[in-house]
Amino acid sequence: MSKHLFTSGHTACSGCGQAIAARLVIDAAGPNTIVSNSTGCLEVFTTKYPESAWEIPWVHSLFENSAAVASGIEAALIHLGKKDGTNVIAQGGDGGSVDIGLQAISGMLERGHDILYVCYDNEAYMNTGVQRSGLTPLETNTTTSPVGDKSFGNWRPKKPMPEIALAHGIPYVATASVGFPQDLQRKVKKALSIKGPKYIQIHVPCPLGWRYESGLTYQVAKLAVETGFYPLIEYENGTLISRRQIKPFPVEAYLKPQGRFKHVVNNPDVLKKLQDIADNNIKKYTLKIDNQAGDQK
Amino acid sequence: MFGPLIVKPGSSRNNKTGSWRVESRPKFLQKNCIACKMCILICPEACIEGMEKNTYHCDYDYCKGCGNCAAICPKADIVMIKEGVKE
Amino acid sequence: MREFLEGSRAVAEVVKLCKPGVISAYPITPQTHIVEELAQFVANGDLASQFVNVESEHSAASVVLGAVAGGVRAYTATSSQGLFYMGEVLFNIAGMRLPLVMTCANRAISAPINIWNDQQDSVSLRDCGWVQLFAEDIQEAVDLHLVAYKLSEDKSIMLPVMVCMDGFALTHGIETVDMPNQEQVDKFLPPYEPLYKLDTSNPMTLGALGDPEYYTESRYAIQQTLKETLDLMPKVTSDFAQVFARQYSGIIEEYYTRDAERVIVAMGSVCGTVKDVIDELRKKGKRVGLLKITSYRPFPSHAIYEALKNISKVAVLDRALSLGSYAPLASEVKALFFGKKKQPQVVSSFIVGLGGRDITRDSIKEIFRLLTNKERSCEFIDLKPELLKEKYE
Repeated sequence: MSKHLFTSGHTACSGCGQAIAARLVIDAAGPNTIVSNSTGCLEVFTTKYPESAWEIPWVHSLFENSAAVASGIEAALIHLGKKDGTNVIAQGGDGGSVDIGLQAISGMLERGHDILYVCYDNEAYMNTGVQRSGLTPLETNTTTSPVGDKSFGNWRPKKPMPEIALAHGIPYVATASVGFPQDLQRKVKKALSIKGPKYIQIHVPCPLGWRYESGLTYQVAKLAVETGFYPLIEYENGTLISRRQIKPFPVEAYLKPQGRFKHVVNNPDVLKKLQDIADNNIKKYTLKIDNQAGDQK
Repeated sequence: MFGPLIVKPGSSRNNKTGSWRVESRPKFLQKNCIACKMCILICPEACIEGMEKNTYHCDYDYCKGCGNCAAICPKADIVMIKEGVKE
Repeated sequence: MREFLEGSRAVAEVVKLCKPGVISAYPITPQTHIVEELAQFVANGDLASQFVNVESEHSAASVVLGAVAGGVRAYTATSSQGLFYMGEVLFNIAGMRLPLVMTCANRAISAPINIWNDQQDSVSLRDCGWVQLFAEDIQEAVDLHLVAYKLSEDKSIMLPVMVCMDGFALTHGIETVDMPNQEQVDKFLPPYEPLYKLDTSNPMTLGALGDPEYYTESRYAIQQTLKETLDLMPKVTSDFAQVFARQYSGIIEEYYTRDAERVIVAMGSVCGTVKDVIDELRKKGKRVGLLKITSYRPFPSHAIYEALKNISKVAVLDRALSLGSYAPLASEVKALFFGKKKQPQVVSSFIVGLGGRDITRDSIKEIFRLLTNKERSCEFIDLKPELLKEKYE
């Protein structure tokens, strides 16, 4: 068995996007890595006593504090003279990161710790039953923003977390997706080669929460990017250095396979709102492939 | 006195999640494989391995039968077949 | 060496001598001076610690958790609201069996907002699995920090320890203190040797999920370990005396209890005032005494029983209250006598000094006066009825 640092036997749902991403991240980071992990699906399905899917040193404390715990680990390593050559990664889901975890992340970024923060964005509080989070897209059906006679689902747009991270003036911010696994690993390696705080947000489809067949995770992830709905961008020292350029496909192609958008595909007004989001992204980051040379990675 | 506290690395391998498969399993045709390794990258269970072309296979003790490997293979060299059917 | 020091400064000095590798705290009155002094030591190069200025107490506790998990001695301090804000992290640190020392500068809890001293904060978190030691004066506060690290890092204990010192009374009071030197501290407190840590050369998973099949035993183990901590205390006390040529109170202190008819039970700086009153009343022939409790957690039931079993009247002073029920310390003191053949005739419970209300010698004398055969339950001392009204208008 080729040695993965995140191994088999964990209890993630079949086709879990976060399981894919977590393995890609730690395999790219390598064995000289310590991970601090928030409460959430990833922590629960990988470390139910007495089993652990992690082959590297790994700690879980609480829901909102993985960035703070990582800050302590980093400080300890500096004190011991062992920080050089050891990666410290703090990670959590969108809930544990951008909502309840925002304070700890902001503090970690502001203090300039040499830590990579990875946010696994499956766009809701999945572990507790698919409740709405700050990263749930507009008009998405979740259990706390359900579709009803008076509602089309979540009535707020996604919190612009990559921009918030950028505003802290940190050296590296990127978004990634399990639909582009090699790009994901490249970004992790790139981030870890830079000293200072880094933020990577990875789009990870959730078959259970998004309501699609488990075998479609890869395709759904690709479509999110290829419709412009989830742009893949990369910033170094505040400058956009790459974005994944796309054809693009109409956003409907992405929404159709997912039960959480069932109410959208047959409603032209609501569908337009989501297409507008995709169009704005395409414009903002010049995602559309044109005849001029664009940086496509 | 200490109770349950620390967990050894990789101990999840004691849990054979292959028993989860009820519908389908991947069949690695090993005919047109180009050793791109995308199947290894995408497997959520980290249970696919291979090196040269046409050597790729999965560990059915852990495979949950999700089908993402079949979806990503650029050469359609992995197909999902019904679980329980003799090959 | 004897020095005339502010309590916060004395604590900062002794923490410096313990050489924590990571210090992380968030300012809150009246803890601020402790952390500011430590920051100055680091800035001057007198203390080689990583000083992490966090954005909240929850993160302060999380940073030191991470640091200890990373294999390094750590320190934090807080009070009141800050203690509550890090409340869940405190349970987490104990549950993860990580050694740590924290100073709690005891302060009242909002609302109403009140920055002055009572003991509601640490007493409210008595369930969290931490050892809680209460200091009577600044000397004891210094000594207890050394004891705290020693207990905490003992390989059979591996539990965090909270040193409680009354806010303002001890943090901002100035006393003559016998400060130890580095050589003595190094002799008493060897470097931290982790039993388990995050190390790429020996990976392990910390903080796993404990489902119903496993959770109970983790808690049982902590309960047992806290009992074992009581057993370990005499050895630590005698090691301390050998190195520092000084005694601290241990788990309890009996002050003129042997032949006393009436004994006050109390924790913290009020004990100083009680001792002064006892000295005064003893001169007049009154048989009064004090049982000071230094170790609140683990609760030294057996030691308290032995000290009070022959005492006729006991008054427990609480500077905290379990609103809607009884006073916490009084409840535990009463409970330990239940079913025993020997016990005091009466155990009365008094609430004093909430929100920094001064406990004077007169207050203590009043308590001795009220300590009669008639039991008093949750009796508020120095209450101002003129501030109370039945209806809101």
